[in-house]
Amino acid sequence: MQLHAHAMDNLRFIRETMERSTSFTAFPGWGTVAMGAVAFAGAGTSAVMGTPGHWLVAWLSTALIAAGIGVVTMILKARRIDESIFAGPARRFALGMVPTLTCGLALTVVFAPLNLHTLMPPMWLLLYGAAVMAGGAFSVRILPVMGACFMVLGIAAFATPAPWGNAWMAAGFGGLNVLFGLIIARKHGG
Amino acid sequence: MAAKENTAKKARAEAGPNEPVEAIAFDRIIHERLRLAIVSALAVNASLSFSDLKRILKTTDGNLSVHTRKLEDAGYIACKKRFEGRVPKTEFQLTAQGRKALEKHLSHMEALIRRVREG
Repeated sequence: MQLHAHAMDNLRFIRETMERSTSFTAFPGWGTVAMGAVAFAGAGTSAVMGTPGHWLVAWLSTALIAAGIGVVTMILKARRIDESIFAGPARRFALGMVPTLTCGLALTVVFAPLNLHTLMPPMWLLLYGAAVMAGGAFSVRILPVMGACFMVLGIAAFATPAPWGNAWMAAGFGGLNVLFGLIIARKHGG
Repeated sequence: MAAKENTAKKARAEAGPNEPVEAIAFDRIIHERLRLAIVSALAVNASLSFSDLKRILKTTDGNLSVHTRKLEDAGYIACKKRFEGRVPKTEFQLTAQGRKALEKHLSHMEALIRRVREG
């Protein structure tokens, strides 16, 4: 029986070591909360913009600020837990996210001159969700769940009237980021 | 060889007289906790540097050096040294022999658990 317990412990140890050596754990919980707060501010600002062009500028500025916060807090967390942001797990995490985020950027550039602004909120939510799911496969376990939630909101945004887009954006980039940021901060060391 | 037999005897004593020897004679090289962790980490990465392993396994330079050397001597891992600019880098890779040893270790553990579950 002692050997049986030892074997179970041994297998658990091997699994945990394998998971730890392939996961990027420096995803910043508090940084994600801050990104959510910025998104709430962005949703408020963009809601009062008079033209679709100004609305787009408001959201792109919000995205830029949030991305900056994300990168800085990720570097700080990586330093704190002594994890390299250039090593294999971090590289796989970044490579998982970049293609889908690039698609989002490219489609935004294509849609803007065609005045397809109403398609942007669902598209952004869907693609950001897909990016988080793909990158999250190499990071903490809850990230793919967060990505899936973004995708669900994206689909809901497609299915509802276009004027609701801003509210879905606030719920996703604001609400989901704050909610999952708090969970990550609590369970994965900040 | 004698050490391996001692481990088997100890394991047999813990398991009781009905446990077959082949399921409890662990490979001493890989059975040690830190060495098992090194082999496990390398099994899911094409290669890892000394500093990667140190960070993942949260161990000291000295400890890691000792255990990587033992695994290298046993032929379970291969070590490559190179320079990045003027900084020396040591990269480790799991060898086919090391992967086989890990698989054998896993099979032993699974067999043990299965046998207890089956009563």
